[in-house]
Amino acid sequence: MELLKKYPKLFQWLFLLIVFFALCFAIDVPETYKFIRGQAEFIKDPNQSTYTLFGKEVRYYAFDVLWRLPPLLGWLPIWVNDSLFFLLNEWMPMEFWNEDTQEYKTRPLVLQITRTITASMTFLIELIREILLGGAKTVVAFTSWDWIDKNPWAELPGLPWTIVAAGAVILCYKLSGKGLAIFAGLVMVYISVFGQWKPSMQTLSFILVAAPLSFIFGLTLGVMAYKSKRVEKALYPLLLVMQTMPQYAVLVPAMVLFGIGDHAAVIITMVVAIPPMILLTLLGLRAVSPEVIEAGKMSGCNNWQLMTKVLIPTARRDILIGVNQVIMVCFSMAVIAAFIGAKGLGWNLLLALNQLNIGLALEAGLCISMIAILLDKMSLAWANKQEDYFGNLTFFQRYKNTLFFAGAVLIGAIFAYAGSFLFKDSFNYFSEIPHNKGISFADFWNKGVDWIWDTFFQTLKIFNTWLITEVLQPMRALYLRMPAVATITLVVGAGYIIGGIRSALVTAGLVLFIALSPWWDRALVTTYMATFGVIASCTIGLTVGTLCAQNKFTTKFILAVCDIFQTFPSFVYLIPVMMLFGITDTSVLIAVIVYATIPATRYTVEGLRSVPPALHDAGSMSGVTKLQRLINIEFPIAFPHMMLGVNQTIVFALFMVIIGAFIGTEDLGQYILKALSDKAGGGKGLILGICVAFIALIFDNLIRTWVDKRKKHLGLA
Amino acid sequence: MGEKNMNIIKMIKGLVVAAIISAFSFATYAADSKKPIRIPTHNWSSQVVMAYVIGGIFESMGNNVEYVPADSQAVYESIRIGDIDISHEVWESAFGKSFTTALDKGGLLDWGDHEARTLEDMGYPNWVAEKCPGLPDWTALKNPDCAKNFVTPDSGGKGRMLEGPQTWHGDLIPQRIDALGLGDLWVVKFAGSADALWAELAAAKKEDRGTIIFNWTPNFTDGAGFTFIDFPPYTAGCRPEDGGDGKCGSPDGYLKKAVNADFVKTHPKAAAAFKKMSFSTGQIGAMAALVDVDKMTHEDAGKKWLKDNKKVWKKFTK
Repeated sequence: MELLKKYPKLFQWLFLLIVFFALCFAIDVPETYKFIRGQAEFIKDPNQSTYTLFGKEVRYYAFDVLWRLPPLLGWLPIWVNDSLFFLLNEWMPMEFWNEDTQEYKTRPLVLQITRTITASMTFLIELIREILLGGAKTVVAFTSWDWIDKNPWAELPGLPWTIVAAGAVILCYKLSGKGLAIFAGLVMVYISVFGQWKPSMQTLSFILVAAPLSFIFGLTLGVMAYKSKRVEKALYPLLLVMQTMPQYAVLVPAMVLFGIGDHAAVIITMVVAIPPMILLTLLGLRAVSPEVIEAGKMSGCNNWQLMTKVLIPTARRDILIGVNQVIMVCFSMAVIAAFIGAKGLGWNLLLALNQLNIGLALEAGLCISMIAILLDKMSLAWANKQEDYFGNLTFFQRYKNTLFFAGAVLIGAIFAYAGSFLFKDSFNYFSEIPHNKGISFADFWNKGVDWIWDTFFQTLKIFNTWLITEVLQPMRALYLRMPAVATITLVVGAGYIIGGIRSALVTAGLVLFIALSPWWDRALVTTYMATFGVIASCTIGLTVGTLCAQNKFTTKFILAVCDIFQTFPSFVYLIPVMMLFGITDTSVLIAVIVYATIPATRYTVEGLRSVPPALHDAGSMSGVTKLQRLINIEFPIAFPHMMLGVNQTIVFALFMVIIGAFIGTEDLGQYILKALSDKAGGGKGLILGICVAFIALIFDNLIRTWVDKRKKHLGLA
Repeated sequence: MGEKNMNIIKMIKGLVVAAIISAFSFATYAADSKKPIRIPTHNWSSQVVMAYVIGGIFESMGNNVEYVPADSQAVYESIRIGDIDISHEVWESAFGKSFTTALDKGGLLDWGDHEARTLEDMGYPNWVAEKCPGLPDWTALKNPDCAKNFVTPDSGGKGRMLEGPQTWHGDLIPQRIDALGLGDLWVVKFAGSADALWAELAAAKKEDRGTIIFNWTPNFTDGAGFTFIDFPPYTAGCRPEDGGDGKCGSPDGYLKKAVNADFVKTHPKAAAAFKKMSFSTGQIGAMAALVDVDKMTHEDAGKKWLKDNKKVWKKFTK
């Protein structure tokens, strides 16, 4: 009794586990149950049950309700599909003039609208692309293809790479000084010398459209949410879902609505990049102290002035971290966007992987990473730069950089012109080094992969066989063995113990949505892989993070490693992993662990480094050893932040499990992949994505609630 | 005042006449629009190289072209609504359904067959033959001694076959294996992408173990030796989705071309040339081999093929 009073939570947890296991043992596996491999709705089978709701027929295998709930939401994806199809193909057909065929053509209104939006998007992308690479489309937008054919001189020539490189260096110098300028120079030369210039600029051109648009929309929506409680309430759940939804699932509805091409890539990149921008804008504006606002009001600002002159500048730092996030997200989409027609590095990377040319894919991947890190550092430097209001500069000092750039343009142009004589019958290296004339270490990398294979394969095979037969297969079987009722009880119970009735209701809603969808079994497989990945990632991340946080240099080093891995396209390591571990769950999990260890490490390091030095000293004064200090002081203080890391790890792990579909899985991801090719997959892709997002949100809710309580307890919040 | 009005009316009349004349002249003057022809590229070599080959042929006729990366199933819908102009590799077994669906909806036209015939089915690289005596006849798979050479850690003691992504043919192969009574000895695993198939092929060769994978011809694997399993022959309606029992292999399939209906109006000459284009299995295999065996880039491979085979393609343009 004494014990019960002292640790009430412990007994609640024990009770919950007892109920859970009792349910698991009490409910037998139905004899007819087997893991359904195909999509039940496509195979007609006399054993299936059906029901019709809203005019949609849903087929499924019925089991005892305690074992598996019937897919009462099964009509939802079909209904979304049909609505989308109806909107795009049948609703409000109108006559539109077709410039190309010179005749009227009937087109549904929505299709015409989305195509008009995409046309303006395409114009922006092509404008930037042709400034960088040259081409005719921008001029054509104002004239016609026939005109440009007769007047080829009017085509934009495209900037030689030397000028773009010089521009980047000068800009970096202005923003942050020598260090960044040198880095910018190296990145540009790398891209050019390795013959990746054209794809890099293609990628850059759609990102340079997507990033500013995401910034504008994100900022506007953020301000609106700050101003109006109602907008915020409406946006918040949407933002949560968007942030946890695998990017891959957004592709499908985007493709249905906007077709394929660079414009569609911009749209889906925006969909993914806007939520963090909104959240950070809101966070920044919230943090502005009331005194500042009062001061603004006293100076007689109207609403608009208050926003633009007082609030946004004060919240500048958070808003600029938002910009930084937008850039990172845009680059992380570079490869995924290639699935719906984005040209550039992402597409080249996928093609190289298709030929198993890992070296080539690696080089393209490195380009993405390096440009991302460069832009990221530039945006950070811009965020931290203080405007010099009082400098009394001469004309030369003030316009020094502009003058340098003008000089660079001139010299670059002269070089490019001279180059056209110098390299008469081959390529003009001063203008653009073509893809096949650059240096490439692809062979070296490929040999390296071969070497790893030859050296380690036998050992790895023994490990792989052991892991699959002894750990993964049983674990998967256990997950699938859980009766639905037991799983739901466990999740809702955990919600209640951690966060009271509110949390219990939220988690119940989320888990019921998944349980009532047609994909409960698939969701269990996804969860099994994610669980394994998260446990391994957290173990590695906590260990490495703790070790590296002890020292300033190792801290810096590990954070830089995290940066690279976060922007490096994960598709590249899928192939070598597949060669080594076969088309198995092990391969997927290794990719998951590589990717999901990043946030676990990062948050551990940040958490430990943020422990105030005064506490360190206080500890040392009381005579604790280093280990004691770590265990008794640093860990408890850093724990809430580290738990947020675990939260991120779960999201990252789920993303990667979904991408694991490319190796070959039997989970939600495989269905999302399938929906991408399905003519009517829009609804399915969306609902599947929501299921994944809900898995993440269940954990998100539990962890966040717990962290908030813990922080209050520690006096940190 | 009146004069001014008259002038305006005259002007409008003039404009209308000009518009009519220009529209008329457009209709009769059957030259191709200079608007680029949008050719899709998918994620396998022969298709990408052939895109560059066809693009090169169009360019030699004075057209502009543009290459758009696209999903191989979704592309037919894109052609139908006019986001893309042509498709030059419509494989019957894999894409036949998407193609006919788009065809029925209107907006997409069947633009004739290639000379090449296609086969997409389960098969094995030639060095595997000795691990399962009796292949390529499918009944050899009934032998448990054969199946045990194809066991993998996750196959539960059964032989494993690696099928392509579920995207390609859903549950066709698992259903066939069950229908043929092979379900006790074999299990079908879905790979997630074509890359996964080639990785499996490369890994199996290095390890010298048996493997049965989904593959197709013409493909770059033709050169290294790849044999398809002889399943009971395909008959119309034998597949479960068409109401059959599923005890049949894949059909000897067409390799078609498709175009957007408006493309024929805007680019009549290119459309006519495209209709004539027809490549043989050997030619397509050679295109793929330039990339997969000789390690050229797709673009270079397209150029080289065009240069070496002028005789073949010049006749399409006439």
